[in-house]
Amino acid sequence: MPRTRASRRLAADVSLLAAAAAFALPLAWVLLSAVDPHAGLRVRVPDGLTLDNFDAVLTPEITYTPLLNSLVLCGGATALTVVCAALAAYPLSRFRSRLNRPFLLTILFATSLPITAIMVPVYALFVRVNLIDTLQGTILFFAASQLPFAIWLTKNFMDGVPRELEEAAWTDGASPLQSLVRIVLPLMGPGLAVVTVFSFVMMWGNFFVPFMLLLTPDRMPASVSINDFFGNRGMVAYGQLAAFSVIYSTPVILLYVLVSRRLGGGFALGGAVKG
Amino acid sequence: MRHLPRLARALPLGPAVVLLLLFLAGPIAYCVSIAFTDLQLTGQAHSSFVGLANFRRAFRDEAFLNAVWLTVVFTVLSSLVGQNTLGLALAALMQRASKPVRTLTGGIVVTAWVLPEVVAGFLLYAFFRREGTLNAILDWLHLPRQNWLFTLPVLAVSFANVWRGTAFSMLVYSAALDEIPAEITEAAEVDGAGGWRRLWHITLPMIRRSIGTNLMLNTLQTLSVFGLIWVMTRGGPGDRSQTLPLFMYEQAFQNSMIGYGTAVALLLLLVGALFSFVHLRLLRTEV
Repeated sequence: MPRTRASRRLAADVSLLAAAAAFALPLAWVLLSAVDPHAGLRVRVPDGLTLDNFDAVLTPEITYTPLLNSLVLCGGATALTVVCAALAAYPLSRFRSRLNRPFLLTILFATSLPITAIMVPVYALFVRVNLIDTLQGTILFFAASQLPFAIWLTKNFMDGVPRELEEAAWTDGASPLQSLVRIVLPLMGPGLAVVTVFSFVMMWGNFFVPFMLLLTPDRMPASVSINDFFGNRGMVAYGQLAAFSVIYSTPVILLYVLVSRRLGGGFALGGAVKG
Repeated sequence: MRHLPRLARALPLGPAVVLLLLFLAGPIAYCVSIAFTDLQLTGQAHSSFVGLANFRRAFRDEAFLNAVWLTVVFTVLSSLVGQNTLGLALAALMQRASKPVRTLTGGIVVTAWVLPEVVAGFLLYAFFRREGTLNAILDWLHLPRQNWLFTLPVLAVSFANVWRGTAFSMLVYSAALDEIPAEITEAAEVDGAGGWRRLWHITLPMIRRSIGTNLMLNTLQTLSVFGLIWVMTRGGPGDRSQTLPLFMYEQAFQNSMIGYGTAVALLLLLVGALFSFVHLRLLRTEV
């Protein structure tokens, strides 16, 4: 007898739930340990709920300064990325030129270069030009490393805004900059939101770039400072590490939910990947 | 606006081009130039041109060959086998599953992907540690426990990368499978083609471009994993999970040989560029 549709669905559901459980185990550890007064390394039901772990890490030194650093670093770099990408996407999307195609191919090529590989020379270069251990240097590098993908995404979103709307503005004597800012960008709001959130999320989670380019502990973003739980604070307080992880991860998860809600499950990333 | 001079039209590209030239093309050019010197972390003035010495040294250096081998193992296990196959399996199951299960599973898998790299590293460090969750489960099943991060560090970090990266493949394949018209699979079913034959003869050929793109992007992402391994094992014990990025870092900073570290970086960059180029060709045939 052929398997019925219902039994096949049941089989799929059971397999997916098993996979989901496996993926959820490490996540369960961080959530449970964060509220466990005696957190260890394994997943277990806490023997009492506590917010002490959060209390312990919510100090300027452990949480507020690193998060503020992350915000300045990633916020600044994201703003720079999005502005440069929006400006660059405009001529690529609107004007025909023989140079467009080679430029876009170069950009696309650069999107997938392993940035990790160039961090040693970037370090050496930054030492030479006195940008090492500066916020502005790290912001500029972050922006440059995210820019190829941002330009590519923005250009694709901009292609979706019909030209006719602008042409009316052109006949009224608007400059390209005016029509970009007043007409095109407002119409591609969701697209810009995707580019902004994606850039920000990538930078917020990036460890290697600030780890290499910043030296002073006070300037470190959360992605680097989180390692201090292992290094110089003696015994590892797993509950506090978990609590800090939750605090540090929450913003990017919220941002992701915000954007994916607005654009449907695929995050438009499937589309971005396929070009 | 068609009468705008060509230069004025290209003007908005300015900031992006300057930024890319100074901070992306610049370092790459610098990478090429110092890979052929004996530049050290201290004493900038003393560096001199040494030709291919760094590269010759690398291919005789057992630690380098070890790093290459571990990078291959890590990439094949976690990207080609793990993320890619699991991503496809999850996407295929999602096509059939009920909506609540689909949403729940998708949400959990994607959360693992969105988490910051270092946090993912800590979660899996806790999972694989001797006192961690995996051994707790093994005890419960009466199976022998292991000190995973010590006995099989490459396997542990590969699993970590699968945990973290599968969502991407899942999203790519879900989008690809959605585009296969239902009539085709139904027709094959009516003709009596079983599940595996349908997968092999219909589904896989129809999504082959997504497979190509996905493999390239997964591999590129995996080649540049640093934080995850750094947090879990620091490349150790010894050098048993030291992939190329960690080897490069150690040479440049622990051993202060920027020139040598950069030569390794250049090799990694070349491999990345090769994959990137193949990815580009795949995209081009698709358009």
